This record gives sequence, structure tokens and C-alpha cells, in this order.
Amino acid sequence: MDALIAKLKTQIIEQLNLEGVAPDDIDADSPLFGEGLGLDSIDALELIVLLEKNYGLKIENPAEGKKIFSTIRSIAEYITANGKA
Amino acid sequence: MITIKSYCSVRNHQLKLNGTTLLAKEKELLFSDFIKSAYDLNGSTYLKFFKMDDLCKLAFIASEFLLKNRKLSEQYGAENVSLVFANTSSSLDTDLKYYQTVKDFPSPSLFVYTLPNIMLGEISIRQKFKGKNAFFVFEAFQAEFLCNYATRLLNDKKAKAVIIGWVELLKENYEAFLCLIEETESGTELTKENLEKLYTDR
Repeated sequence: MDALIAKLKTQIIEQLNLEGVAPDDIDADSPLFGEGLGLDSIDALELIVLLEKNYGLKIENPAEGKKIFSTIRSIAEYITANGKA
Repeated sequence: MITIKSYCSVRNHQLKLNGTTLLAKEKELLFSDFIKSAYDLNGSTYLKFFKMDDLCKLAFIASEFLLKNRKLSEQYGAENVSLVFANTSSSLDTDLKYYQTVKDFPSPSLFVYTLPNIMLGEISIRQKFKGKNAFFVFEAFQAEFLCNYATRLLNDKKAKAVIIGWVELLKENYEAFLCLIEETESGTELTKENLEKLYTDR
């Protein structure tokens, strides 16, 4: 799980152009939206693309997406639970 | 009198404010590195900059230097500051980049920049402007059109300050020329001839 979390941090920084943010700056349990990294709605769409492109996972239910993308750890758990880690 | 209060140009790896060179880099430098240098020179942190497409970055940087130390939305009221920009290539640079992603995974963050007037929105968000804005596509810089449009906005009391601009970018070819137009008692009068001269000498 820790290795997947570390990989996700790097992928998210690259995909979302988070200039000046290092992997160690991101707390795996902090909220990604609203506070924490302060991501916006376009970032949410980019995260959906990231999951599909890198892990072959499609999120089609918006309610499900809100829960999955709440933290880095929740994304990692979703990937692991769906056998794509 | 309606005057060109200040102007900023960005081209040929140089950034000038009112004719004074503030940044000059080597010609081999890519646009992405040059514009990052300009961002660093500006000295303020605005992380949204790094998510913008190249056209918006160019317009944003020019506006940052043009409006440094000015708080137009406070001085005139947010709804009294207008933006009137134009270029030749519209958002083609980002359109092409987005098209490349369509074949694989369409990029949401590129898609939102597939309109040239997004740069007006980015500047408005940054400067808290809520006035009228317009974007036009011309074959070349149209001093007369921009001059007439700004004059009309001010004379009709639709705005108290207008930023007019030419912001063109396609791959590594780029240029921005922004002017702040205000009513003042002295200064360079806004005329087609004066605007053309500043553009030519930029």
C-alpha cells in the first residue's frame, strides 16, 4: 500500500501540474479537495483520466467518485480493492 | 483625455514595460522556460499559473507587469474595468495539443483552454475584474479597431479603464502587447497613430 501511495503522489503531481509540490508535502490522509491540495473540478476530471489511463479503472458513478477521490489513501485502497495495484 | 497610461510587450525572449526592458533571455530558450523566468521575476505566487495553457500564461504575465502596483477594481469598481483582446491564431496552439490527446485519453485540463477568451477570464479572476470583455480574431494587429473600441467603452460610460491587447501564440512564436487605457489629464493620447507607433516600436 505504501509503495502505491508513493507512486500515486508522483503521478498526481505530474498529471495535475502541481508546481512546487513534492511527494512528501502530500499527506496521504488529507482531503484532496476544498482544503489540503485545494484541487478543483477540472483536477477531478484529470484524476478520473489518471485512473483509467494508468490502472484501467473506470469511474462512472459520480457519488462513488467523491468517496474514492477524498484522499490519496482512499484512491490507493480503491485501486487495490479492484485488483489493479 | 483618453490616454495610453502604460503598456507591456512580451516577444523575442524579452519583456518590456513602457519601453524599458525588464527581462531579456537567450534566443535558444523555449517559451516554457522563458515564461517561467518571467513568472519568477514577477515575484508573486499564483499556482494557477502552472495549470494555464501557453496562451493564457503569456497574457497573464503581460497583465501582471502592466498592472503591477495598480488596484483597478478597487479604484474604479470591479464592473468598470474592461478587457478587449485580439490575435491571429485564436486558441489553435492548445486546440492542436488537445486533438493529440483525443486519440488516447482526452485531457480535461487542455479542453478548458480551447477558447482564446479564456485568457480574459484568467486575468479577470486574478485582478477581480467583472467588467465587459471581448475577444476578436484578426489577420494582424488592428490599432484602429482596438482604439475605437476602447474609446467607445469609455465615452459611453461602459468602463472607466480598458485593457486592450494583442496576444498571439503558436508553438514557439509568441507576442503579447497590452495597453492600459484610462482617462487622465496628461499622457500619450489614445489615437490610432500613437497605438500603432507603440506597437511598431515595442
